[in-house]
Amino acid sequence: MLRLLSFALFLVIWWIAALFVGGAKLPSPPAVLEVMIAEASTGALFLHLGATLARVTLAFVLAMSLGSAIGYLMGRVRLADKLGDPWLILLLNLPALVVIVLAYIWAGLTETAAIAAIAINKLPTAVVTLREGTRALDRSLDEMASVFAMPRWRAFRHVVLPQLAPYIAASARSGLSLVWKIVLVAELLGRPNGVGFEIGVAFQLFDTPRLLAYSLTFAAVVLVIETLLVQPFEARATRWRPRAA
Amino acid sequence: MRLEIDITGKTFRSTAGGTHEVLAPLKFALQSGEVGVLIGPSGCGKSTMLRIILGLDGDFRGHIARPPQARIGMVFQEPRLLPWRSVEQNVRLAAPDVSEAKLSELFRILELDAHRNHFPGELSLGLARRVALARAFAVEPDLLVLDEPLASLDDALAGRLRDEIATLVASRPMMTLLVTHSLDDAIRLGDRLFFLSPRPARIVQEVPIAVPRAMRSEAELGRIRAELAALQLESQ
Repeated sequence: MLRLLSFALFLVIWWIAALFVGGAKLPSPPAVLEVMIAEASTGALFLHLGATLARVTLAFVLAMSLGSAIGYLMGRVRLADKLGDPWLILLLNLPALVVIVLAYIWAGLTETAAIAAIAINKLPTAVVTLREGTRALDRSLDEMASVFAMPRWRAFRHVVLPQLAPYIAASARSGLSLVWKIVLVAELLGRPNGVGFEIGVAFQLFDTPRLLAYSLTFAAVVLVIETLLVQPFEARATRWRPRAA
Repeated sequence: MRLEIDITGKTFRSTAGGTHEVLAPLKFALQSGEVGVLIGPSGCGKSTMLRIILGLDGDFRGHIARPPQARIGMVFQEPRLLPWRSVEQNVRLAAPDVSEAKLSELFRILELDAHRNHFPGELSLGLARRVALARAFAVEPDLLVLDEPLASLDDALAGRLRDEIATLVASRPMMTLLVTHSLDDAIRLGDRLFFLSPRPARIVQEVPIAVPRAMRSEAELGRIRAELAALQLESQ
């Protein structure tokens, strides 16, 4: 209820601002909705949304799985941490744009280049979060698992993974927003479809309603993913914790 | 089965760079069906010794002969339960082969029936300790190690839990090693008492108790206590 109210407030402020600034710079909500409906009826909206969503999903899954594995390794093995740390700092500070442009130059304007570039941008933050989570693992529970001769996989699943779950959820959350921002840049620079491509077109035509129609629809999709996937996962992973009053 | 402990020394390096001896040469053995009790002052190295015996610490001088197939049940000083698994899951994860009948019996003896589906965060320390006991017994251990399982519980509860431990220990033959501060727990549960010196720990005195556990009446316990008091005087 409160969430809806806060959303309504956002619409009201937008509408008032549109009245002051004028439709060319900031179109009113109905004008944007009109474009959305028009784009949806031709099917273009779904095509571009789908393309972007597929890229987000692939890059996200790639970065999260690889990043979690590397982060866990670096948290557990001192040698891996020593070897990996300089790379990590380099990757963390490499601008997204540099990675994307280099990927397109080296691998051509291909889907692989785009997804790899996006994944490389997300990878280091996943590594850092999971490394921190792994360092915070409770040694006394490891000892318990070892004394009771729990097989490796069972110990990992029941002793280690639940401790990492909050870190994975945090990383997924920040990762989702990061990835979709970067996907648009990659699409703008070198893909023939997707929300980023459409925004590029809208920019060239100074077509603000179209720009807002595409970006807001995709923001809505991300909101739905966050509500339906990330939050339930987080709630499940932390259900054993006593609730805050 | 037989557990032989022959530690010739253990050095601990502190972060400040100094080294100190935690354990002096220590040698003893434990048979199946026997309860050995380690009694010593705080910080004398008992927990270090347990970690070595359990194979958690390989950095020591000497040798531990533990049958390789021996199943270990351990009750740590803190319960060390998995907070994200229910009481029943905690026990089953450590003892996947436990039968429903055995589990029910354990939960009944330890009065945990009502708490099967609770999470450890919802339990008091006394209850959590009992879950840790249930977990250790559910694996049907060949070697049972109890590290101050009754510490920081009130006397009445500690007494009841001690009787429950005695019942469970009697239910199957195993090697049991109990670490405690309490002479009372020691003489009620132990077959052989090992008195340890302050750090670096060595065995000052080994005292066997000949009377079987079940036959130790209050009068008998009083006699044992008096004997021990006399021994302690002698050794000083």
